[in-house]
Amino acid sequence: MKVTIDGHELEVEPGTTILQAARMMGGESVPPAMCYYSKLKGSGGKCRACLVEVSKGSEADPRPMPKLMASCVTGVMDGMEVKSITSEKVLDARKSVTEFLLINHPLDCPVCDQAGECDLQNLSFKHGKSQTRYIEEKRTFEPEDIGDKIQLHMNRCILCYRCVMTADQLTDERVHGVVNRGDHSQISTCISKAIDNEFSGNMIDVCPVGALTDKTFRFKSRVWFNKPFNAHRNCPTCSGKTTVWMFGNEIQRVTARKDVYHEVEEFICNSCRFDHKEVSDWTIEGPRKFEKDSVINQNNYTRPLIPVTIQTEDHILKGREEDRKKISMKDIPLTPKNS
Amino acid sequence: MEKTLHKQNINISESLMARIEELISHYPADKRKSALLPVLHEVQDAHDNWLSTELQEKVAEILEIKPIEVFEVVSFYTMYNQKPVGAYHFEFCRTSCCMIRGAEDMIDYTCNKLGIKEGETTADGLFTVTGVECLGACGYAPMMQVGDYYHEHLTPEKVDQIIADARAGNIKIHDK
Amino acid sequence: MGQKILLDKIHIPGIKTYDVYRQNGGYAAVEKALKHMTPDEITEEVKTSGLKGRGGAGFPMGMKWSFIDKKSGKPRHLVCNADESEPGTFKDRYLMEHIPHLLVEGMIVSSYALGCNLSYIYIRGEYMWVYKILERAIKEAYAAGWLGKNIQGSGYDLDLHVHCGAGAYICGEETALIESLEGKRGNPRIKPPFPAISGLWQNPTVVNNVESISNVPWIVLNSGADYANIGHGKSTGTKLISASGHIKNPGVYEIELGLSVDEFMNSDQYLGGMMNDRPLKALVPGGSSVPILPAHLIYKTAANEDRLMTYESLSDGGFATGSMLGSGGFIVYNDTACIVRNTWNFSRFYHHESCGQCSPCREGTGWLEKVLWRIENGQGREEDIELLWSIQSKIEGNTICPLGDAAAWPVAAAIRHFRDEFEYHIRFPEKVKDRNHFTAEPFSQVQHLMHKQTL
Repeated sequence: MKVTIDGHELEVEPGTTILQAARMMGGESVPPAMCYYSKLKGSGGKCRACLVEVSKGSEADPRPMPKLMASCVTGVMDGMEVKSITSEKVLDARKSVTEFLLINHPLDCPVCDQAGECDLQNLSFKHGKSQTRYIEEKRTFEPEDIGDKIQLHMNRCILCYRCVMTADQLTDERVHGVVNRGDHSQISTCISKAIDNEFSGNMIDVCPVGALTDKTFRFKSRVWFNKPFNAHRNCPTCSGKTTVWMFGNEIQRVTARKDVYHEVEEFICNSCRFDHKEVSDWTIEGPRKFEKDSVINQNNYTRPLIPVTIQTEDHILKGREEDRKKISMKDIPLTPKNS
Repeated sequence: MEKTLHKQNINISESLMARIEELISHYPADKRKSALLPVLHEVQDAHDNWLSTELQEKVAEILEIKPIEVFEVVSFYTMYNQKPVGAYHFEFCRTSCCMIRGAEDMIDYTCNKLGIKEGETTADGLFTVTGVECLGACGYAPMMQVGDYYHEHLTPEKVDQIIADARAGNIKIHDK
Repeated sequence: MGQKILLDKIHIPGIKTYDVYRQNGGYAAVEKALKHMTPDEITEEVKTSGLKGRGGAGFPMGMKWSFIDKKSGKPRHLVCNADESEPGTFKDRYLMEHIPHLLVEGMIVSSYALGCNLSYIYIRGEYMWVYKILERAIKEAYAAGWLGKNIQGSGYDLDLHVHCGAGAYICGEETALIESLEGKRGNPRIKPPFPAISGLWQNPTVVNNVESISNVPWIVLNSGADYANIGHGKSTGTKLISASGHIKNPGVYEIELGLSVDEFMNSDQYLGGMMNDRPLKALVPGGSSVPILPAHLIYKTAANEDRLMTYESLSDGGFATGSMLGSGGFIVYNDTACIVRNTWNFSRFYHHESCGQCSPCREGTGWLEKVLWRIENGQGREEDIELLWSIQSKIEGNTICPLGDAAAWPVAAAIRHFRDEFEYHIRFPEKVKDRNHFTAEPFSQVQHLMHKQTL
């Protein structure tokens, strides 16, 4: 089937959605997706960030579609013509959706572990404004403890339903879901039950924002200070293929490998994610590459891997030698290193 | 959300169970979950008009579904009470058509009369007053729902009468 | 007096019961359909009748029926939408409460036409006593052999049950209703697939409003052409109108489409004019979702033609100077009503009823309500009117289901036609402190203040 997106023509299989077709093409025309997740059945259609204009329905029925369509759940028809970034209406709608998603968002990026790998940050960067028109009080939720592995920050949630689908589709005992209604809808177990099964950690990876983060990584580091490496181990439960996030010789976090659309390549088990944080647990393959505008690249982690000795403590405790001489500590003997 | 603080005595009587079975029989055998909404109504009516999490778990067990599937549904629909409410739950429609025919004054009047604020329950546990959205009695405003029944064309005198009848145990709230 | 199709027998004592209903010609449509008509013939009659869905959207019923997937071989279902919750609408309740067997009869004939063997009536939970009335009516119909296996020896089987909701306006949206019927949260589904292909339990399903289905027995007994002869142009047949607000005779009326708004409002046979003879200020002709009309656009269209009670005439002029027939929830406001307060009230309703699934509706409806609440309470800012306009325009058309549009339209229409009232609230906050601010001092009496003050 033939589809034209922003003037570029391509051939796709029947059953392909507009978003998938755009992703095959790549580039600026790919609509942002906050709720759609290709690995989760039934996902998408909710956030409305990926709205596009269908200016020609198909060869058989060339009428344009009256409303903007969610590209992630709209199938391609033969001869369809789609406008993504070439439509003012679409760009307006993306701005609107971004504003709606942000009005009640706490904007606490400075203390949010997701910062730097957050889809909402990226969306705001591209389609948001630096001012707000929302002067009302923001909505907040009572904190809920969902166990020692996963941190739930409901205030940040955009209700993409991905974590619910993950629990439904990877496990047979879903204990959390979306409760309440309207703008009070929230992710919850209702009875503060720990979400604990061998694939529950994937909820963290599929979360587009900082609503579900890794408790074992909490406040340890900003993601752009970590060096991510592809690594694998022989795991009896999952593929064992992960990304390990290192700070010096320490593995601070283990995640699944995510592609340019921040979707995992393969889901991993909790044992890989939470219980294997020694370098010796893993075979390091090499640096994990990220899309070119990712802040994670700031750390130049793709340079050759050279063992680094962390001397932070020495420096902090003792200061530089020349400084010591100038100030009060000149009488204190400086013990040579490694003595 | 916290586990229910209030205790509820759970008693699925034989007649209630028979009614539940009847409701389940209205759906194909592999679609027991479809009976969830009607079953929750029956169970709530039999348990002082509210559903504790324990009771919701019990319903999940009967319908052979996960407890979270019941929690999700109970918290979505406004007619299920997750906390205890008064024996007589006065639900006043406050949407436009009722509002312009004096619903707000009627709510104020009732609250003053009972000495409570909207959303509260009297100390004796007899009355709760809440404002709710359109009940489909727009032409008969102002009105309120008590249990299964509507009380329409309300006036202060009518409200007084309903309260007096309720205190005397003279109003019907369920059609069983 | 116009022709009555639905309410002609409503005043017969005991018509609620099976025996009286049967003695007065009830279930004759089932007899005729099962003995003398094929399902496709019935569908054709309904198509010819031009009957539009009476729930609000006005989609031609026969066409909806023709979309149902008969090729897949999956079981098919007819679901009656009795989740009537649109503010201003209470007609379905009136029908079901007073003549329940008419709906049951309509369900049997319609299910036969669609080839369904298992059908449901989904009624809102608040109508619990009506639920019991329907339950009894269905039991009576089973006992008399109109439901169950091999109905009247025709070889046609049908099981019909009534299912109750539990307080959610959104379940009036057909896919949310189906979700709710499956025992889930009432989150509307993403379309396509449409219910006609994949509805209840993934089976082909048709969802029709109570009033629509109740018209089918008459069409079967007479003909589609007869039905099309009633009414006015493309607005065929009769329509139940639920009238409320500041009028002398609120209630449910069956009118022939084409009656003038003026006659409906002022004749003693219908609404009898304004309550206490106060001046008419505004009209919402089709339930809370449709645009509100200011006094000068009620009896006459912008083109100075008589405004009629038809789908076409009420929407004449588009949203700029027209509205919609919608569900027939006819709400009349006199000069004591505050349009700002009323718009806030509607916004609170949509905020309360948004399912929360898609972001524009979840976040936008609450935002609208909060801004409107500030204006109504004398804390509005000049820029808030533009802000409201902008928010509603960002919700409209960008949501999964029509609830977003329904929340946006009333706000847009109120600003379009009553902008000066919003400005008054913002400029004279001390004058709107009391919630009944226009009762003692209607807006028409204080409007002159607006001209004195310059910013």
